Amino acid sequence: MTTATLAAGQPPTARLSPLAGLRNSLTLTWRSVLKIRTNSEDLLGLSLQPIMFLLLFTYVFGGAIAHGSVHDYLQYVLPGILVQTVLFATLGTGLMLNQDISAGIFDRFRSLPIARWAPLAGAIMGDVTRYVISVVVTVGFGMIMGFRVTTNPLAAVAACALVLVFAMAMCWISALIGLSVKTPQGVQTFGFTAMFPIVFASGLLVPIQTMPGWLQAFAKANPMTLLAAACRGLMTGGPVAVNAGESLLWALGIVVVFAPLAVRVYRRKT
Amino acid sequence: MTEAIRAEGLVKNFGKTRALAGADLSAQAGTVLGVLGPNGAGKTTAVRILTTLLPPDGGTATVGGYDVVTDAHRVRQLIGLTGQYASVDDGLSGTNNLVMIGRLLGLSRADAKARARELLAKFGLTEAGGRPVKTYSGGMRRRVDLAASLVGRPQVLFLDEPTTGLDPQGRSEVWDTIRMLVSDGVTVLLTTQYLDEADQLADDIVVIDHGRVIATGTPDELKAKVGGQVLEVEPADQARLGDVAAVLASWTGDEPVAEPGAKLVAAQLANASVLPGIVRQLDDEGIELAEFSLRKSSLDEVFLTLTGHRAEDEATASGLATERDGATR
Repeated sequence: MTTATLAAGQPPTARLSPLAGLRNSLTLTWRSVLKIRTNSEDLLGLSLQPIMFLLLFTYVFGGAIAHGSVHDYLQYVLPGILVQTVLFATLGTGLMLNQDISAGIFDRFRSLPIARWAPLAGAIMGDVTRYVISVVVTVGFGMIMGFRVTTNPLAAVAACALVLVFAMAMCWISALIGLSVKTPQGVQTFGFTAMFPIVFASGLLVPIQTMPGWLQAFAKANPMTLLAAACRGLMTGGPVAVNAGESLLWALGIVVVFAPLAVRVYRRKT
Repeated sequence: MTEAIRAEGLVKNFGKTRALAGADLSAQAGTVLGVLGPNGAGKTTAVRILTTLLPPDGGTATVGGYDVVTDAHRVRQLIGLTGQYASVDDGLSGTNNLVMIGRLLGLSRADAKARARELLAKFGLTEAGGRPVKTYSGGMRRRVDLAASLVGRPQVLFLDEPTTGLDPQGRSEVWDTIRMLVSDGVTVLLTTQYLDEADQLADDIVVIDHGRVIATGTPDELKAKVGGQVLEVEPADQARLGDVAAVLASWTGDEPVAEPGAKLVAAQLANASVLPGIVRQLDDEGIELAEFSLRKSSLDEVFLTLTGHRAEDEATASGLATERDGATR
């Protein structure tokens, strides 16, 4: 009967050790990963979305942009779609947090003697798996379509790692939305509305030189432009250091601003 | 006997809505406390405070002797919660839900799996254990919810409307489970809108309405408190229902209830000494009787007397939305 360490009769302890908190987070990370594996719809959407964008952008815009060469445009646009795909995938973090809260799963967690931050940490760590899936599908399908890394494999891996790091920063914004908005539908509406200008008014999909001056200023300041440029440099050659450095600075800045905000809302809410 | 749950003067406001207005609760260890009230009465808010999910705006509460605000971590080690809103994960299988909670409570992987198997067997879910919870029926889902709250072998179990929305078979399954737990010595606080549920399961009942405790006692005490007994009279000739009602009214001072379509008239009886007089007058008026019986008041009638409205009245009105909204804020 007494296999449990928490057996009746043992006096309860006053607080939780930090190590136990880490273990709680890992258990909840396992839960998030398990959910991705069992939710075939999410998995399908996660894989189909980058494939759709790659096909659409390459064959619809490819001929019109990049002097009519579809292959040249694919070489240009793939790093951009990589950034865009992972950025969209971060919305899932907010969505899942929101669903967990409205379904009452967080209430169950909170009635357990576990670290208070563990459910949030578990959700975010588990979502890294989703981002990795997005990256692998985008690069893999791009290569099937004819994309070639012209630098070296290590640099290409570095590009993917850079995108993942940035996604882990962006997911705090998503978490903040997910924790603040009332319904999962709200998360989607709000999230996509915020993301479209960030994605399109940037150098992700087209060179920014043809944009009007004011938009160019926005696009230049847009961290997505920097991130995509850094990835292009790493995958197909070109300047890397400044763009990568500034992207990382942006990521750091986003975490510094949005992580505490999200944690604050999380604490208030839960 | 020690007190497993004690709350004094709990107050909670959600904006302008006063969910709890100074509620006192107490449950002895090993007993079942039924918290009875309509939707929006403050039941869920009380449970959320006692299970450390919500800080009270006023008053104090202890569970197992520990303060729910200052010693929340200790309280969480003693309690289990199955609520309308404290839920399992739809996307995971029943087994994985229970394993996850076992792991969160510090069990090893093997122990967590063993405990999950044990609980699934106990709740008749062994077969369904591998399927995602979203494929379960309402009754199965509620049982896995209940199982999830038992992984840590809680001393005090909070069940927030455990049978709401279940069919009669599902209800009786959950009732059996609760009885089984009580025989193991677990203290249970149960909220319900169903008067017969409290009558069936609770040792003590607290009736709350608009955030206030309006009555406490055992089911029998509560029934006694409001006149205690009900006289039911069925005339052999249905045409004389009205005459029967008039006779009962004149003797009991109560407004007799003759439900539309019912064959009998029922009246609250404060004092059994009027019975001979009623029988005599019915006889004098030549009313032949098919049935003449005395029974204890149902909790439904108790509630009507205590609150001035029927328990079901508010359920259909604003209740659910406001309580849920308030409780999750």
